[in-house]
Amino acid sequence: MEHASFGDERNATFCITEEDHTLANSLRFALNQDPRVMFCGYSIPHPSDAKVNIRVQTTGEPAREVLKDSCQDLMLMCQHVRGSFDKAIAEFKRNNSSRNYGRNPIAKEDNTNRKLSEAKDCLSKQLHTLPKFNNHNQNRQ
Amino acid sequence: MSDAESMMHGGFVSALDLPDVPSSKLPHHLDLRRTRVLCNSVAPDNTDTVQYSGAYASMGVDNSLRLDDFRNNFKVNVNRLTADEMEFDMVGVDPSLANAFRRILLAELPTMAIEKVFIANNTSVIQDEVLAHRLGLVPIIVDPRHFDYLSENDRPNEKNTIVFKLHVRCKKGDPRGTVKSDELRWLPKGSEFLKESGASASNTKAETYTSFNFSQDSMPEFSDNPIGVSPGIIVAKLAPGQEIELEAHAVKGIGKTHAKWSPVATCWYRMLPEVVLNEDIKGDMAEELVKKCPASVFDIEELANGKKRATVARPRACTLCRECVRDDEWERRISLCRVKDHFIFTIESVGALPPEVLFTEAVKILEDKCERVISDLS
Repeated sequence: MEHASFGDERNATFCITEEDHTLANSLRFALNQDPRVMFCGYSIPHPSDAKVNIRVQTTGEPAREVLKDSCQDLMLMCQHVRGSFDKAIAEFKRNNSSRNYGRNPIAKEDNTNRKLSEAKDCLSKQLHTLPKFNNHNQNRQ
Repeated sequence: MSDAESMMHGGFVSALDLPDVPSSKLPHHLDLRRTRVLCNSVAPDNTDTVQYSGAYASMGVDNSLRLDDFRNNFKVNVNRLTADEMEFDMVGVDPSLANAFRRILLAELPTMAIEKVFIANNTSVIQDEVLAHRLGLVPIIVDPRHFDYLSENDRPNEKNTIVFKLHVRCKKGDPRGTVKSDELRWLPKGSEFLKESGASASNTKAETYTSFNFSQDSMPEFSDNPIGVSPGIIVAKLAPGQEIELEAHAVKGIGKTHAKWSPVATCWYRMLPEVVLNEDIKGDMAEELVKKCPASVFDIEELANGKKRATVARPRACTLCRECVRDDEWERRISLCRVKDHFIFTIESVGALPPEVLFTEAVKILEDKCERVISDLS
């Protein structure tokens, strides 16, 4: 997995197979936010190969440990995202418990009603402008 | 030696170390560039994000992310939630993470979809392969977490395959018929088609295309809600005298392999628009501004002295069409921005799982990816 270390632990390139921008870009973000990282970047050498190379250069710590810590950070961030999301959903469901948003959503009906009224508004506006236009033509004649 | 002494002796003291310089705070113009995309009439400016922790080191500002800060700043707010669609705000997260969630939702969350179609009879005008493709795209309403992947050497069994039967006929003399997805019948006991090979060799029980150990409807999760497909989708049309008889086998897969396995119709995010009036816009100019905006972002408020003033009433409606800043003199008056770390995330599920479950599953998948890298490294 790791290559191009050549005895210098601070700089390394890691090759992760079966991954793409999804993980590599998030990892680059996590690595960049670590003050121990001097440089990091990633590349996908060929679009047909399912692999990414992640380059990590640190100020002194072994690159491998820094990458591991960044993965850990990213995981903790994800866990927090999941936790807050679940909380927000639970709160939304509690506040809207009068509405049935289960398999037969009323909220969806509301949406269609809203769209209907919008369409009506739009139509009435158009009708409003129509006679003006006709008058204009008559005046010209 | 104190600072003053060192200065007297020609030592260097950074201006930032002087007591009256505020520390750990970026000047306003840099903070604006860090947190906002500026949408000028010519082109959006300043679209990148500053990720490097030492980006502002020379100003004494630490740009690194502490996990505690992330926890304090991160917010989720649900705007809309129905059985198959939701919109929520995700605040305080880097675009790389938001994009990872979106990519996982589109391409890496598993669902069940029809992969193999055994056609016994097809006299309709739809060719076999086209029919099979159409069937593949029909969403199957079942929780994929109850199933395993079917790998190459596996026999299809009750844990990795769902079998549907379709047998429709249009009688002679009847009007032309339409075959809809509702006609797919779930076969909880597995395939009913017999394998043709070596019928004489084995006089044990006849072999079918699946080997189910027990019926799927005896499983607790399906005993009182049978597996169905999304109804009302036109699969084929039949003229009088035509018939289709087939068996469709659904397996678990991900959207990366084929879009039919994607659990979302679509999933997208946009950054929160921010509209700022740089000066008071009054009278006729206010009216003009309200008329300019096709998304009706602006409103007019009546001032006490009978005058009118434009206000930004619905910044969220802004599509950043930039119609309001097209003229040079207007570009001065209005700043259109997007907030870089505020995402309005929309998920449209096709029905297998509700959208809120899809999102939590997507986050879990990113966690699994990190875990895999950690275990590979140690």
